[in-house]
Amino acid sequence: MTMNVSMTVNGKAVAAEVEPRTLLVQYLREHLGLTGTHVGCDTSQCGACVVHVDGASVKACTMLAAQAEGATVVTIEGLANGDALHPMQEAFRDNHGLQCGFCTPGMVMSAVDIATRHPNPSEQTVREQLEGNICRCTGYHNIVKAVQAGAKAMGG
Amino acid sequence: MYNFNYHRATSRDDAKAKQGGAEDGSYLAGGMTLLPTMKQRLASPSDLIDLAGVSDLAGVRRDGDAVVVGAMTTHAAVAASADVAQAIPALADLANHIGDPQVRNRGTIGGSIANADPAADYPAAIVGLGATVLTDSREIAGDDFFTGMFETALNDGELVTEVSFPVPEAACYMKFPNPASRYAIVGVMVARTADGVRVAVTGAGPSVFRSAEMEQALSGNFSPDALDGISVPAGDLNADIHAGSDYRAHLVGVMAKRAVAGCG
Ligand SMILES: Cc1cc2nc3c(=O)[nH]c(=O)nc-3n(C[C@H](O)[C@H](O)[C@H](O)COP(=O)(O)OP(=O)(O)OC[C@H]3O[C@@H](n4cnc5c(N)ncnc54)[C@H](O)[C@@H]3O)c2cc1C
Ligand code: FES
Ligand code: FES
Repeated sequence: MTMNVSMTVNGKAVAAEVEPRTLLVQYLREHLGLTGTHVGCDTSQCGACVVHVDGASVKACTMLAAQAEGATVVTIEGLANGDALHPMQEAFRDNHGLQCGFCTPGMVMSAVDIATRHPNPSEQTVREQLEGNICRCTGYHNIVKAVQAGAKAMGG
Repeated sequence: MYNFNYHRATSRDDAKAKQGGAEDGSYLAGGMTLLPTMKQRLASPSDLIDLAGVSDLAGVRRDGDAVVVGAMTTHAAVAASADVAQAIPALADLANHIGDPQVRNRGTIGGSIANADPAADYPAAIVGLGATVLTDSREIAGDDFFTGMFETALNDGELVTEVSFPVPEAACYMKFPNPASRYAIVGVMVARTADGVRVAVTGAGPSVFRSAEMEQALSGNFSPDALDGISVPAGDLNADIHAGSDYRAHLVGVMAKRAVAGCG
């Protein structure tokens, strides 16, 4: 059995026939070719797959595409304005907030969500709010700095 | 994950009918437990009945001396509710420390209590605050709801609709979280209510339980010192790679004292 799903992804209306078991992250990567959203663990632990659904950050590996029916989805590809990086992306670059970069799309998507809910967050707030994002390279220090700088640049 | 049929319920009755009509139908709330379980093939329902479209299952309202939380209310919504913050700040605090922000944005109170994970936080609130669980057909006292590890009093297909929390005089929840998942290795809810003191422990045993001995001691003297020398028997507690049963028994005492102190 397949079913039709339709949603808005990065400002564009999209629709497809999918199996009910298709995960949102599979739909984004394999049907839409938006491979910026990563799969690190596939068990809802690591946060590499974080996207925004109707403005809230979610783990796209633990949501069915069917559950996003009618929703507005933003992925890492939807943040930049043409060649101009989003302030949070710029902050990750400026603060060396990444090494291998595998966790970065999810980190940035969580970071934008943190900045929206906590303008000008303290270091402790950022560390607590990044609970759902795992990085195996950086030791988090520069990621925390980047999130604080990015939040400031976003107008916090 | 094995394939399944997916249905979107439009009302409580529609959800019940679709579940009843399926060979082996499961309700889908936030999916934060059910989908990982299905990926591991520990569950393989024939049909999922998504409750997200049943609009009267989500939301928080003040109802006299109680705060009523709809089954589909997310942990994030409970944490952000002005009614909860004003009437039962301990409940807002509990919801705000479940998992991580992404889990809190999807996971729901109905899904959490129906699942009855021994390490989940909400069971401590249901039992510790003396809540009542409302379903499509009846009311279940919080004390009778959790019957064992991943076991509840719910019948097959019974739909949790709301949880009603009586407003306590004071309450505090303290947990010693697993550093990775944030599930409770031990969590203790202490509440001073019109009907007496309640102490509920989650994470430590196969299912949430009350400590009558602690409740009695605190009834006479509501201070952390009153708990000196009182312990729960380690023999009945869980042991795993995160903590042995002796350590869990010790943590119950420490978390209970901190929760009493936190009641102010
Ligand atoms: C990384 C991670 C960390 C977590 N950390 C914590 C934590 O620290 N503390 C904690 O308590 N929990 C934690 N959780 C669990 C989380 O709170 C889940 O959201 C919750 O246990 C299940 O809720 P759900 O809405 O996602 O339910 P689902 O996964 O959709 O459903 C769970 C079960 O409940 C049934 N169900 C759902 N709604 C109803 C209803 N209304 N009536 C009857 N049956 C229903 C479903 O059929 C299913 O069997 C964590 C989860 C993850 C993935
Ligand atoms: S891939 Fe989704 S949380 Fe790790
Ligand atoms: S930069 Fe390599 S995992 Fe984070």
